[in-house]
Formats: sequence, structure tokens, C-alpha cells
Amino acid sequence: MKFQVLAASIAVAALVAATSNGNAFRQKLPRDEQILHALDRLTYGPRPGDVAELERLGLKKWIDDQLHPERIPESTQLAERLAPLDSLRMDTAELMEHYPSPQRVRQIADGKAPLPDDPVARAAVRNMMARQEKRQMAAADNDQEALAGRLQDILEPEQIDTLRSGTPEEKRAVIAALSPEKLVELSDALPPKLRGPLIAAAPPEVRRTLLLMNAPPQAVAADLTAAKLYRAIYSNRQLAEILDDFWFNHFNVFMDKGIDRYEITDYEAHAIEPHVLGKFRDLLEATAKSPAMLFYLDNWQSRGPGQAGKKNTGLNENYGRELLELHTMGVDGGYTQRDVTEVARCFTGWSIRAPRQGGGFFYNDRWHDKGAKVVLGVTIPAGGGMDDGEKVLDIVSTSPATAHHISLELAQKFVADNPPASLVDRMTKIFLKSGGDLREVMKAMLDSAEFWSVGAFHAKVKTPFEMVASAIRATNADVEDAFTLSNQIAKLGEPIYRKLEPTGYSNVNAEWVNSSALLGRMNFALALAANKVPGVHLEPVAAGDAQTIARGLLFADATEQTRAAIEKTQRPEVIAGLVMGSPDFQRR
Amino acid sequence: MHTRRAFLKNSSIAMFGLGLAPAWLSRAAYARESSTPSRKKILVAVFQRGAADGLNVVVPFGDPNYYALRPTIAIPRPDGTAAAALDLDGYFGLHPSLAPLMPVFQAGQLAIVEAVGSPDPTRSHFDAQDYMESGTPGVKATADGWLNRTLAPEQRPSPVRAVSIGSGLARALRGPNEAVSMGNIGDFQIRDAGSEQTFEAMYGNSVDTVLHGTAQETFEAVKLMQSVQKQKYVPAGGARYPGGQFGQAMLQVARLIKANVGVEVAFADVGGWDTHVNEVGAKPTEGQLANRLAEFGQALAAFYQDMGDQMADIVVVTMSEFGRTARENGDRGTDHGHANVMFAMGGDIHGGKVYGDWPGLASERLYEGRDLALTTDFRDVLGECVTKHLSGRTVAEVFPGYNQPRFRGLL
Repeated sequence: MKFQVLAASIAVAALVAATSNGNAFRQKLPRDEQILHALDRLTYGPRPGDVAELERLGLKKWIDDQLHPERIPESTQLAERLAPLDSLRMDTAELMEHYPSPQRVRQIADGKAPLPDDPVARAAVRNMMARQEKRQMAAADNDQEALAGRLQDILEPEQIDTLRSGTPEEKRAVIAALSPEKLVELSDALPPKLRGPLIAAAPPEVRRTLLLMNAPPQAVAADLTAAKLYRAIYSNRQLAEILDDFWFNHFNVFMDKGIDRYEITDYEAHAIEPHVLGKFRDLLEATAKSPAMLFYLDNWQSRGPGQAGKKNTGLNENYGRELLELHTMGVDGGYTQRDVTEVARCFTGWSIRAPRQGGGFFYNDRWHDKGAKVVLGVTIPAGGGMDDGEKVLDIVSTSPATAHHISLELAQKFVADNPPASLVDRMTKIFLKSGGDLREVMKAMLDSAEFWSVGAFHAKVKTPFEMVASAIRATNADVEDAFTLSNQIAKLGEPIYRKLEPTGYSNVNAEWVNSSALLGRMNFALALAANKVPGVHLEPVAAGDAQTIARGLLFADATEQTRAAIEKTQRPEVIAGLVMGSPDFQRR
Repeated sequence: MHTRRAFLKNSSIAMFGLGLAPAWLSRAAYARESSTPSRKKILVAVFQRGAADGLNVVVPFGDPNYYALRPTIAIPRPDGTAAAALDLDGYFGLHPSLAPLMPVFQAGQLAIVEAVGSPDPTRSHFDAQDYMESGTPGVKATADGWLNRTLAPEQRPSPVRAVSIGSGLARALRGPNEAVSMGNIGDFQIRDAGSEQTFEAMYGNSVDTVLHGTAQETFEAVKLMQSVQKQKYVPAGGARYPGGQFGQAMLQVARLIKANVGVEVAFADVGGWDTHVNEVGAKPTEGQLANRLAEFGQALAAFYQDMGDQMADIVVVTMSEFGRTARENGDRGTDHGHANVMFAMGGDIHGGKVYGDWPGLASERLYEGRDLALTTDFRDVLGECVTKHLSGRTVAEVFPGYNQPRFRGLL
């Protein structure tokens, strides 16, 4: 509740603007703006040629296809990009074995855990064990003189000079030319704070090697974030990708909490993605039973009374609370603290089998609170088991408060921060009538006059992820390596898979409008247009007058103020940078 | 003429662009700029991420159980040598690597609070940091942070009234009041000067109500920073900030405060405290904890020295999400625990004293049989700093739901 009050107060200016032309949601968008609007909202931004393609297919057919992504052939370019990202195709147990954490390596070294069976993983672990001591010495050694001496033994002075002050390309060439042995030596010689920049400067294949040598779990994270960017940029199933992002964020899980660094891959692919246009109840259950969520919100160790063990204190309400507040009914949904506790009691025993070995959902009846519960007025009789939790999912997924909460969030994401109540009410009714069919709810929204209104057009500020993806798409840039882009997005305030709070990122504009992020967007736009973002290749911006270049990136005329500001600029790449950093481009 | 050795040394320091940016400025130049020096009070919050081992930071050498619980990693009783605790009050002693802070303690400007922390039982770094920064233990949905809530609404606030040093805006600083994050003062700019003016014109004239206002504040802050960026900065009083990230963060904070650009609250963090293994090396002044403490102590002491008389208007307060187990583990380290220690430094602080009720380390006094028990809520310490040092906010406003703070008399 506090959050909504806060967001509302920040967005007062926007509210006033929206309500002052109160009929804007009833005013129909002109035809050509409808096409752009569809691309703005249902894709990660138009690419050159997309407007013509939509005109050819017709809006209705195109939207219908996007609502049935299985009908759309997937991009071969995307498949090529995803192919080297090995970790995407492993299950959680395999990930834990192939990308062991430093703690696990230590356990193996101490004989507390077995060496992995896989020969590659086994060799990697052996190497890490052997090198751990050396690295600890480098880490503890703050002596610059000694570091210089170590580097001198490994690299030529010219190579050090290039790594010090060369361009990103030159640095990359130096690193790429190092033999594997040299690379290991260099990595071991550096203190950790210099190892990070080395990893960032390396070409993708070498970076992977460096990550596997130094911090294997980070290779999993790098694969995931890269894959998310590649899908957003290259997938033909654009709406599905946006919905994947929306629902992951709705059921947010933080990648850096314990075993969740290994669980996210499976979570996104199997709990979220298959259900984004399916039934809400299925989506909810898939998240409720996912090790990722069970671990993130601590339910895996929640126990009924008298079941507290040595390490666990008993009932843990975290999941129960977030289930009601964030996942289903919403903070004003009409439940009480008592309901939170009762829901938590129903989920006692919903746990993870062997969490450190990548096990799946496991219902532990011995931990289950067998007493009677009353959830939102419904009595769940004593003596139940795993079914108690299922009953809760039934109750909350059919609650009108949930239907309203989900509809409001979707409308905030796709229409406007303060969507008209008429629209949200219609979506709510469809949600209830269709038994929580999310495709039907989306259809209701995309069929609405409010969606196709002047009030909705450009009403949303792009998130950092959307801004970066849309800039890549608008310029038709070729992303050979997503690492820098993903770091860039983190710097703009939206680290991918790393939203610590269960709230996920906000769906409203205010979250993204702050000083350093705005400066960051402008600097990113200038760097991208000048082809200075490592890992991204951009054809030189074609010469032309400012208005033509602007039109090529905005797919519409720039606003008068933006036009006036860029009029006198000569260099095409600067014009392009200014346009992508303009207020116009921050909107969708 | 550089020798090859010197060349290599400099190269490696500056390698990958991580070198220090030597842009310092004499105090006189600032004084000229700030003809009307404001006497606003400033609060600097420092977060030690990873759960610092309070029991080895401020050592309860008077508690016999301490040595029984930590046969291999305890810090020896004060004996005047460089490898022993530094006596504070006959019962507690500072870790020897914190020696730079001893003069501050002796000058009565450093107070220590023992057995303090968050009452929430979680031992998850992630949850505990979140709770400590939101200022609402046990409540996950709080969107804004306690440090943001300390700011009172103002007609024309300084664009840099609230600054978090680092790549993102700290959780503690999120919220309705304007707050900026700066990785480095030098980076807070549009990298192409010509484009900066164009962007400013573009956004300045924009009818986009959401972007226009923030952009205006941003460019105000950028301009403000330009004047700071132009001037070289030389820390006063011979202060030497350590080279690591935290030392440099404290230097940025000092530079901003001295530039007199309206900073009211600042946030910096320092990681590396999660000492499960090899916490203490062959000597107490070696190992992971000693390394972290050396940087921590040097940075705070340098800041103190650099700020000089201006410390009268500044309070620096430190925290960490929870403490560590009273007993050492089998790896010369400690695991996640409960209560911890906090420092408060500044001219307003009644320092030279260890505050708090010491629960003792007898096994029946330990929290859940393993950790130092909590006798002071971290909100008592922060609340006291906020209400007595800054003005305008009550404890209930900054820490919603926390209505009966027990101040320890630190200020």
C-alpha cells in the first residue's frame, strides 16, 4: 500500500496531465499511429521494416499471431545466439555440478563433497582447487610493486600498456591472443578487483573460460542475462517475451540468494514461460511448487508447531504473505494478518528435496501443520496434507480481488500507469468468467477502445531493459556479445534477474526516472550511435538531415522541441545518439 | 625518465581504467565558492555488507567466554603489542587493524554500541540487508528506505542533497525524495560536452511532464558537479584515503561535502565481511577480517581528518546486517549470527565510550544458543542520529511502526 501511495505521489504530474485531458482514453488513435502503438507495446520496439510488415499482415492478424506464439516460426538468428550458452540446456542438478560455487569447490577440496562425475567439470574443479591457494595470495597482496612484477613475468610491456589504455577492441585483441596458460597465469596474478575488468574486457569465448576458472556460477548468470537480451532483441514471438518478463517480474525471484543462482534457468523455462498465455491457476501453482520460489521466500523450511528442528524455528510466513499481497489479491485485497498466518500454515511441508543437489518440489508431511485452518472465511478441516496448499491456491486464484489485481497490473504494463477503471473492470470480469484464462484477459485488453486511445499512446516510459533493447532494434545493430549491454542495463537501474525484493520492478514510470539513470540513458545512446558499445556492431549511421535520421529511429516525427534541439547538429552519429537519448525515445 | 619498473607499476595501477583520478583541490578554492556556508547537518551512513564479525571488531576481552568460544581466532587481550586488542575501557578493545580510529575514540568523537542489530531472526544476508535498509525489519513490502525518509520536503532542494556512492541507488535511499547515485563524481556528466547542451535544451523545453522535471534536476546536478569536477581535490590535514573502493567512496563523500553543494545525507557501502573461512590469519593483523578492517578504519580515520572542524556538523554511522556466531567454526571462521556492533562518529557524538547492555557470552545467554543476543535495536541508534542530529523528522516517520525507541544517549 505504501508503495502505491508513494508511486502515486511521485506520478502526480503525470496524473494531472492524464486527467486534464480526461477524454484522451476515449479518443481513438489515427490509423498510422495504431501500427506504431502496437509495435511500442507488444514488441521491444520497432525495427526498420516492421511498420511495413504490420501494414502488410494487418493489425488484427498480427496481434492474433502474437497471442498464439506457437504459430510464429522462431528466428534462426536467435537460435544462433543462444547456441553457445550451454547452461541454458542443463537442469538444476547439472548446473550445480558443472558450475560449482567456490564454497562447493572448497567442500570438495576438504573431502566433504564428491568430485563431479563429468570429466570436464571434474577437471575444472581440480584446477580450481590447485589454484585456490595462489589466488588467495594474490588477493591478500595489496603491494602494487609486487603486482607489477608478477605482470611483468606474464605479459610484454606493450601488452600491459594496451590493457591499460587501449580501446576496447585493442584490449580484446590482446586478451584473445593470450595462450590458455598465460590467461590462467594472468587471472591468478590479479587481485579480484582487477579480475572483474579483465573478464569484462575479454572476448566472449575467453570470458566464458575466465568465468569458469574463477567464478563458475557467474557463467550461469551471464548465460541467462544474455539469453534474455537475445530473445528480446531477436525473437519473432515478441509479445510472449514481454509477457515472460512481466510474469517473471510478477513472481519475482532474486538470482543472488543462495541456490537460486542455479534455480532461475529452470524456473523461467518451466514455471513461467509455458503459462504466460494459459490459466493463471497453473502459473500460480507452477511458481508455488518451484524450488526457486520455495527457496526465495523461505517456505521450503517452514514447519508446523512442534516440528521445529535444530536449525528451523517453525512457521515461516514469507511466502504466505507475498502470495496474498503480491502474487494474487494485492495489498488492498481484503485479507488480514490472520489470513497470512493461516495460509502459511496450509503451506507447511511444501519443500525442496535435497536443495543443494538440485532436487525438485517435495511435500514433507511430517512438517505439515495438521490443524484446522480458516482462509478468507473458508474452513479447511484438520487432518489435511499437501491438499491444504492446493485449496489455498484454488481460493485465491478465483478471488475477485485477484482478478482485479492482475488486470490492473497488466493494464499498467500495457496501457498506462493509471488505466481507466472501465478497462480494468472489463478485464476483471473476463478473468473471472474465463476461469483466469490469461489469453482471454489479454484479448479483452487488446480489443478495448482504451488500449487504442490517444491517452495510451506514448504513455509509458521505457524501462532500462526496454530502452536498451529498443535502441538495438531501431538501429538494427548486431549484438555479438550481450555482456556489456547487460551490465549497461544494470547501471541504468534494472539488473536483470537481480531485483532483490519480491515486489519485482515497478510497472509505473516513476521507478525509472532518476538523475543518474537518465544521464546513463543519454550516455548509452551516444555511445551506441557512435558504435562504441563493446560487443555490439552498428553500421555507420547514413548521412542525412536531422529530421530524416530522427524519423528512422522514432518511426515518427520527432517532437517539436527535440527537432529544434538537434537541427544544427551535423554528424549523423551524434544526431542518432541525441535522438535515442531524447525524451521521445524514452517513451513507448 | 621512468624506469621500466616504475612504468609497470603505474601501468598496473591504472590497468583497465581503474586507476585513481588525481583531481584534488585546495580548501581555499572551496571557501571562495561557498561565500554563504550553510551549517546544515549531514548524516553519512556506512553499510558493511556480508555481516561483519562484531565480536572480533570490538573485542570483549573481559568476557572469559570469548576466549573459550574462539580458541584459534580470538584477538588477544591488550598487552601493548601490535597484534593485540587496543583497550577501550578495560573490558572491550578495538581490533588492532582499527588502530587509526583509536585517536578518534580518545578524542571523544567515536562511540561504539555493542549487542546491537535487527530484531528480526533471519540469517539471510539478502533479507537482513533489505530490512536494515528499508528500516522495517520483518516487512518486505516497504518500497522506500530509511535514509530517504529522513529528508524533509523542501521548496528547492539541492539536486545532490542525498547521494549514494556506487553504481545504483542504495535501497536505504530509495523513495519519494530526490536522491542521486554517483559511481564517481567524475562520471556524473554527459560524456560529450556539445551534446550536453543539446540534451539540456531538448529536455528543458520538453512538454513531457515526467521526464522534464527530473532532467532539469539532473542537469542542475551535472552543472553543480562540473564546478566540483574542475577543481582538484587535496584532502586536508594530511589525510590519506586507502586505495580500495571504500576509501575512494569516503573520499567522494568528503569531496562533495566540502564542495558545499547541499549534501544532507550520503550512503556508502563496503563488502567482504562474510568470513566463513580464514577470518583470522597467522597473526590477528592478517587474514580476511584484518584486511577489511584496515581499509575500513583507514577510510573512516582519513575522512575524520580530512573534514577537520567540519566534523562538528557530521555524523558517520556504520551498520552490518547481522553479527556472526559466537563460536568459531571448523574453518577458522564464523557463520551467520545475530547481534553486532555499530560505530557513530562525529562532533555531536558523546564518544569515547562503549554503549549498550552487554548480555555476555555464557551459553545460556546466547541467542538460540549460538549468537550474541540483541540488547539494542539498530533503529534506536539510527533514530537517535536522525532526530538529534538532523532536524525535522521523528523516529516514527523514519521507522514506521517503531514507536518506542530507547535512545542510548549517543548524542
